[in-house]
Amino acid sequence: MIKLCFKKQMQTPQGLEWLDIDLNIGRGEFVTLFGKSGAGKTTFLRILAGLTEPQEGYIEVNGKVWYDSRQGISLAPRQRQTGFISQENTLFPHMTLRENLEYACGSKNLHGSIEEWIVSMGLKGIEDQKPDQVSGGQKQRAALIRALVCRPEILLLDEPLSDLDVPSRLDLQDKIISAYQKTGLTTILVSHDLSEVFKLSRKVFVMDHGRIIKSGAPGDVFVNDRFSGKFKFTGQIIEIQKDGVLNIVTLSIGNQLSRVVATDEEIAGLAVGSRVVVAAKAFNPLILSKDESF
Amino acid sequence: MQPLVLTFELALAVTGILFVIGVPLACWIAFSRSRFKYIIETIVSMPLVLPPTVIGFYLLVVFSPQHFLGHFLESVLGVRVVFSFAGLVIGSVIFSLPFMVNPIKAGLQNFPPGLMEASFCLGKSRRETLFRVILPNIKPALLTGIVMAFAHTIGEFGVVLMIGGNIPGETRLASIAIYNEVEALNYDTAGLYSLILVTISFFILLSFYYLNRKTLKIF
Repeated sequence: MIKLCFKKQMQTPQGLEWLDIDLNIGRGEFVTLFGKSGAGKTTFLRILAGLTEPQEGYIEVNGKVWYDSRQGISLAPRQRQTGFISQENTLFPHMTLRENLEYACGSKNLHGSIEEWIVSMGLKGIEDQKPDQVSGGQKQRAALIRALVCRPEILLLDEPLSDLDVPSRLDLQDKIISAYQKTGLTTILVSHDLSEVFKLSRKVFVMDHGRIIKSGAPGDVFVNDRFSGKFKFTGQIIEIQKDGVLNIVTLSIGNQLSRVVATDEEIAGLAVGSRVVVAAKAFNPLILSKDESF
Repeated sequence: MQPLVLTFELALAVTGILFVIGVPLACWIAFSRSRFKYIIETIVSMPLVLPPTVIGFYLLVVFSPQHFLGHFLESVLGVRVVFSFAGLVIGSVIFSLPFMVNPIKAGLQNFPPGLMEASFCLGKSRRETLFRVILPNIKPALLTGIVMAFAHTIGEFGVVLMIGGNIPGETRLASIAIYNEVEALNYDTAGLYSLILVTISFFILLSFYYLNRKTLKIF
């Protein structure tokens, strides 16, 4: 069981705000912190890892007090041994992937374990390369092994997937799930990707302005609030072509291009570059599998 | 050749001593949150702006047997600092200190904090993180400090003349010998000393830039 109760003043784009946390996480749970940038998610993880000190509070992990402002207890990060993975690459650049893992093990004789992890995470054959010689996904997989191989008390994942392309992201999500199932480690993931939250965690804490405003199963927290029979996307006009009495408007929506027919009245006041909302309702959409496209 | 040998002995000794004291000092300056850090930084950088003769003069005064420290060293420990090789080493260490400390400090300050934090989270101590993670990744800065301190010591004149004087075989360095030979109108000898110094300094700097190029390529 992890008991967290702390306060920390943090600088956000909106000015000074208080990170005010009071929650418990069960041993072996996989939970997600979800929220906008500046909500305090990363600071939350850094406080837990001992990299940032709160103003006051109490942190207990599996029966051991890591931080108690009243008693003056504050364990250093190295005494806490959290498996911490951030979105930036923190593999040591002068070491090969294998040397990074061996460094994590230290004097503990875990070479069999390292080999097993290298194989199961699909790094066999590139383990003697340096980090700058492998892809972003491979780096994050190596970082995941490095965090796990020294057998931490908890695993803290600070948006480790955010800089990856979609195939690497999906692959690493699967690797995280299999690592979680293998180790049973209490895991806290920071994410602002809903599909990731649904896929990975059983419980989500929604943060806003330094506070937990909602918690529960992802389905309960998000679906009930956000369910809508209407599609609505934000896009940008990249071309308007006149075609008889109508206009064909080409839009960029996310990474997709889409063409929409519009009347002169509908495009009045709009030009190439205008940001628009494209909405559709009163029809039943088709759901097609995309798995084969990967 | 004696002045040249003495010069390189001095440069080696000073660089070794500066490396041993420069790395911890640079670490303290780079990572300390002390309010008085800027005072230490100012003292370390003073030789960059002071005329060498000023530092030489103060060292001469402090270490002269008429003053407390010089008297103590000579009467209790039997060490005479002024007009001796030991004096040259002390003066050169002080005078070349910023050339070792400042590049290493810059390397440490530019070192990504995420890498240090990753090492701490893996259960590693500050010392282990310094030796296994930080120092191997700031090799260009370390190399710059070593070469700058070495090259600067070879080229010293004012400080070493003030504290060491001009004793043949003991404190007469190449730079002083060149000055001596010119004063005695022995231009050939002065030219030979100068040519050797120029050649050796050129090759030291050349290998430094070559090695640094390779090091930067690795990282």
